[in-house]
Amino acid sequence: MAMMPVSTEVGPSTPPVIAAPGPRGGARPALSRILRAVRSNRKATVGTVLLVIFILLALFPGVIAHDNPSAEIYGRSLGPSGTHLLGTTALGQDIFAQAVWGTRQVLIIAIGVGLLSTAIATVIGVAAAYLGGWADGLLNLLTDVLLVIPLFPLLIVIATYVQNAGTVVLVVVLTLTGWSYTARQLRAQALSLRNRDFLEAARVRGERSFYIIMVEIIPTMTSLLVASFLTNALYAVLFGSSLQFIGLGDPNSVSWGTMLYWAENNEALQTGQYLWTIVPGVLILLLGASFALINYAFDEIGNPALRPVRRQRVKRAR
Amino acid sequence: MRFILRRLGFFLLTLWAAVTLNFFLPRLMPGNPALAMLGKFRGPVNPSALKALEVAFGVKTHQSLISQYFSYLGNISTGKFGTSLYFYPESVGRVILDAIPWTLGLVGVTTILAFVLGTGVGIVAAWRRGGVMDSILPPTFVITSAIPYFWIGLMLILIFSEKLGWFPSSNGYDVTAIPSFTGPFIENVLWHAVLPAAALLITTIGTWVLTMRNTMVTTLAEDYIRMARAKGLPSRRIMLDYAARNAILPNLTGFAMSLGFVVGGAILVEYVFNYPGVGFMLLQAVNNEDYPLMQALFLLITVAVLVAILMADIATAVFDPRTRARG
Repeated sequence: MAMMPVSTEVGPSTPPVIAAPGPRGGARPALSRILRAVRSNRKATVGTVLLVIFILLALFPGVIAHDNPSAEIYGRSLGPSGTHLLGTTALGQDIFAQAVWGTRQVLIIAIGVGLLSTAIATVIGVAAAYLGGWADGLLNLLTDVLLVIPLFPLLIVIATYVQNAGTVVLVVVLTLTGWSYTARQLRAQALSLRNRDFLEAARVRGERSFYIIMVEIIPTMTSLLVASFLTNALYAVLFGSSLQFIGLGDPNSVSWGTMLYWAENNEALQTGQYLWTIVPGVLILLLGASFALINYAFDEIGNPALRPVRRQRVKRAR
Repeated sequence: MRFILRRLGFFLLTLWAAVTLNFFLPRLMPGNPALAMLGKFRGPVNPSALKALEVAFGVKTHQSLISQYFSYLGNISTGKFGTSLYFYPESVGRVILDAIPWTLGLVGVTTILAFVLGTGVGIVAAWRRGGVMDSILPPTFVITSAIPYFWIGLMLILIFSEKLGWFPSSNGYDVTAIPSFTGPFIENVLWHAVLPAAALLITTIGTWVLTMRNTMVTTLAEDYIRMARAKGLPSRRIMLDYAARNAILPNLTGFAMSLGFVVGGAILVEYVFNYPGVGFMLLQAVNNEDYPLMQALFLLITVAVLVAILMADIATAVFDPRTRARG
């Protein structure tokens, strides 16, 4: 947060600076460049604002929701009112409190899976491309096999054996099944770099493989890594909630998927308690959309051909 | 030829990996969950079926893991999936055969529809760059891609079944109807398929539109398009024969693959609508700890995907000479 004013000050003066920093350009121009890109792309703005709201909710749920999300102490199946903004469940829980407090687990799963599977994908994808030979063949085979085994059925089978998967188990299972797609992309990118001059130079200097991979290759793939994080986070939100919805998560956890599980078990739709089903679904949608929108915007920023055509912008300016 | 042989080898290897996962997963879990399941069923299941189960889940501890593994491989390769515990005394194979037509009908038709519609919309959106369709659709589909399948199903039930009462909210046909190939029964089945099909269509169409649009945008920048324009060809012809025809390859490959996902692709939609297909069966097996049925369904779904990928590979090799050159 404290960084914000600094980078906006730098903002206007960045264009001439951009050309100057080499591959290891300072953090401030890069940050302000991202901020500028986020502000200029409407999809990115909407996505980022949504994500920030969810992060704040996950960090400080108690500030706006004072009720205990697990307590079954209120009147059952009440409609929305001043005391219960979104009403109560058939079990006597406050829906608003559940929705707000549920943000935390979903976000932990999303961010955890996003980071971990990006890390695994990077190590495996880049190592495969850089090492080549039989190591590449083996890692590539592993990636391909995992890529074609249908994910959701596999997740269901694993979660069934685990029984009542909590946060950590969900993160582990979703990560182990989800990294292969990004590993594939990262390998392709790293392959295209393999014979570039700056890598050749590093090799001639006598740098070790580890140094070359960490310092020379990975920083050139930042945008792919961001995309990988966002894709995997979205995947984790959707599939994690789905597993919880069909009752394979921990039924006592406070999260949107679990809310939907209890709503379905108590026939919320058939008994008129629509909000019990609508609210968690809308939240999953909004969080998922924020990841998807940021990802799509990054795509547009990276690939100018996909940007909305300029004609439009000129019209709006007039 | 070498390319196809290599893909065939990959097919067999992945199949083996899936079977092996099936075998080792229950054994890797703390306390072997299958033991608890078997204890429950010891009464009603006949001894020979129980024996097969014990082999499949590693209950016979006096056998070494390796010999268990090979007798399991033997059982699978001869199609012995055992007896379903939930639908006892029906065999797993029988239960699955009953479920397959429902899934093929519902998901198969919807997949084809989504592909045709989505590709068409993608072509037009890219052609009229900056038009209404092009500026509204991509962001919309980015958002629909973030909606859980099952929740769309729930919302459709809420609106069209609970509120408006237009369509039934569960089952493949009326409980009172007797399955037969008569007009009224078929009508009844179609009636029940409308909402699940709509849920699938809404969630899957976006990918086709976005992929087609994005490839088409790239294709439209090619020199041969400019050449076609310069020649004064009718724009319809440029759009379909020049641009779309070249841009459709990624979508076609995706389509071939998605046909494989038909079998297992609609698990949650089938679950929400109690639609008697493969996915619903899988979750029934999960909820009732019917592990033999669950394992067999997982294998079936995997095999379907693998076969589709193999077909897609062969088709690409036949139609795209570049692949053959690389292989």
